[in-house]
Amino acid sequence: MSERKPESDTAAKPASSVEQHVQNGKVVENPWRRLREFTDARIGLGRAGISLPTSEMLAFQLSHAQARDAVHFPLDVEALCTELTGLNRLPSGPVLRLHSQAEDRVSYLQRPDLGRLLDDASREQLIGLPTASAAAKTDLAIVIVDGLSSLAVQQNAAAFLSPLLDLLQAEQEPWSLAPITVVEQGRVAVGDDIGELLNARAVLLLIGERPGLSSPDSLGLYLTWDARPGLNDAARNCISNVRPAGLAYSEAARRVLYLLREARRLKLSGVKLKDRTEDDVIEHGGGKNFLISE
Amino acid sequence: MSQSYRYVLGSKTYQFRDLAELMAKATPHRSGDRLAGVIALSAEERAVAQMTLAEVPLKTFLNDALVPYEQDEITRLIMDEHDAEAFAPIAHLTVGDFRNWLLSDYATPEVLRSVRLGITPEMAAAVSKIMRNQDLILVAKKCHVTTAFRNTIGLPGHLSTRLQPNHPTDDVNGIAASILDGLLYGNGDAVIGINPATDNVSQAIKLMKLMGEVIEKYEIPTQSCVLTHVTNTIECIEAGAPVDLVFQSIGGTEATNSSFGFNLNTLAEAREAALSLKRGSVGDNVMYFETGQGSALSANAHHGLDQQTCEARAYAVARKFKPLLVNTVVGFIGPEYLFDGKEITRAGLEDHFCGKLLGVPMGCDVCYTNHAEADQNDMDNLLTLLGVAGCSFVMGIPGSDDIMLNYQTTSFHDALYVRRVLGSRPAPEFEQWLTRMQIMRDADRHILHEALPEPFARSLKALPGGRA
Repeated sequence: MSERKPESDTAAKPASSVEQHVQNGKVVENPWRRLREFTDARIGLGRAGISLPTSEMLAFQLSHAQARDAVHFPLDVEALCTELTGLNRLPSGPVLRLHSQAEDRVSYLQRPDLGRLLDDASREQLIGLPTASAAAKTDLAIVIVDGLSSLAVQQNAAAFLSPLLDLLQAEQEPWSLAPITVVEQGRVAVGDDIGELLNARAVLLLIGERPGLSSPDSLGLYLTWDARPGLNDAARNCISNVRPAGLAYSEAARRVLYLLREARRLKLSGVKLKDRTEDDVIEHGGGKNFLISE
Repeated sequence: MSQSYRYVLGSKTYQFRDLAELMAKATPHRSGDRLAGVIALSAEERAVAQMTLAEVPLKTFLNDALVPYEQDEITRLIMDEHDAEAFAPIAHLTVGDFRNWLLSDYATPEVLRSVRLGITPEMAAAVSKIMRNQDLILVAKKCHVTTAFRNTIGLPGHLSTRLQPNHPTDDVNGIAASILDGLLYGNGDAVIGINPATDNVSQAIKLMKLMGEVIEKYEIPTQSCVLTHVTNTIECIEAGAPVDLVFQSIGGTEATNSSFGFNLNTLAEAREAALSLKRGSVGDNVMYFETGQGSALSANAHHGLDQQTCEARAYAVARKFKPLLVNTVVGFIGPEYLFDGKEITRAGLEDHFCGKLLGVPMGCDVCYTNHAEADQNDMDNLLTLLGVAGCSFVMGIPGSDDIMLNYQTTSFHDALYVRRVLGSRPAPEFEQWLTRMQIMRDADRHILHEALPEPFARSLKALPGGRA
């Protein structure tokens, strides 16, 4: 073993290089991060070496966790019903609780076919209603379905229905409403069964959409005229991304009203019922992007 | 002339109605085959089906069409264009022998290339069903498929990326911001490819011009693509738009493709139109196809086949039109087809293997949706496995988050990770550009410059407000 020299001596040269590496081991920031004013994409994240910095890695994990919870947390139907009962202009009678043939979430995720069908108890419940056997059809059945995001339904369903019910009430030609139904473990087509059993002309279905990483709470709206089992999605009109950070409740309600009026006038929905409130080509000022604007 | 198959195991006899059922039951577990009602009913039945399938001669697949010849133009394509001469060296093999042969030292890259046109998609699918993950990786790595347009994709030791700058309203500056981010992270050599938010001809032309101008101004050796319907792209070409690559999602049965609104003639017409523009500088592969297990079942067009066999048949469609890129979008379709990370991983490796064996420039969108049982760790695993297997390209997107399509795929950072751990490099022409532009400081060690390269700094300064 060689004799040890005082530490300050031995360390002199190698230590300064190590020190430099320790200093340089910090996160490299990206000056173009400010381009986030143009996009919600996760640009300019910076890097640790070539990898994600800790803060960005953990922020992603949080977003994913929220999206996962939105899929897997069951809808609190009790709380939703209480909230719905508090709305003005609600159709008379209680909110009806229904269930699809998918028993649980695992079955729901793997068997979309089961999520499209009502279970026996739910069917019997609807068949026993006076509206079901009434000679005159009801104009509209509002169906609320958990879908792939209970969070979307929990946070947005009642808040969206409030302005919509106001608008419907104000219509010159009145809209008679079937009892509101809430379906657990349901897909969009479950509304076809319900529309037929409730003897309704139109079904407006509110459903939790597949959660995105930055949008775990997105509510989708589907309008189907003359709903009956066996229809496919070409027979429906869809309005997507209803949530505080997306399409506002009042704007969504306005679009739904437009579609409802048109559906009643034309006696159809789907690809032949065009939503003229949306533009076909998205235009942005100028047309040149910053990379080629010089 | 379909025959049934049986296997006696102790006191039990297993029966398989026909080749399609045998293939389906031999397939490793996945939710889509259960949804279709074609899955093995027990683990033992699956193992027995694999043993039975291993005894089937490869020649059987030339005589026993899984989708009838008269009903399906893809079956006709596979049968009519089968190369008997290329098949001759392996014509005597069973599926089980074929696995041994593929793994053997005799099956070098040159030999594998020479038998390529003798292998049908069904043969590839069959042998993949009795291969372990390491077999799929080992053989795929020996299958070299090189293509070119403005750069060269698929050279051994190289891994390219599609830069995917999607934006929910196609905002031009939002898209440009993601393009800049990707380029500065060394991504985008396979293609800069946008999924448009609004899918029509005028919108597509706008996006084509946007990308064309960026590629031209910065002299980037890469190509652009708007992932719109093939018939839209034909109209774009007629309208004089700068089309580099023609995109189309394709499936493995005629009925699937009808549901997508095209047939083989449509693809032929589109390819001719794109070739006429002569926009490639180092090659003329002008097609970009996307595929994915489950698409045939989803279109109710699977003819009772398992989803992986349908998928392999799509590669016959791809092979016909000499694409630059084929991308299996493996985890996008959702948990009713591929339930979790394990099923997604297996499917990704199968698709890459079958594609490469058949001679298709296979890349993979290593991805998942939030309702699948999968997370970033599963993606890390599959990305690494595919990197080892010699995958041609993967996706690159800011922070793994596609804010338009609402799913997670591999990030710009992920591409640099896999390049660094495996020593794989971008397309050579693109790598030179990265060095010349002072984006990459040390290409051998995959080290980026810290300063913003001057041309891009100028563009940022020119923004309203002039902040640098």
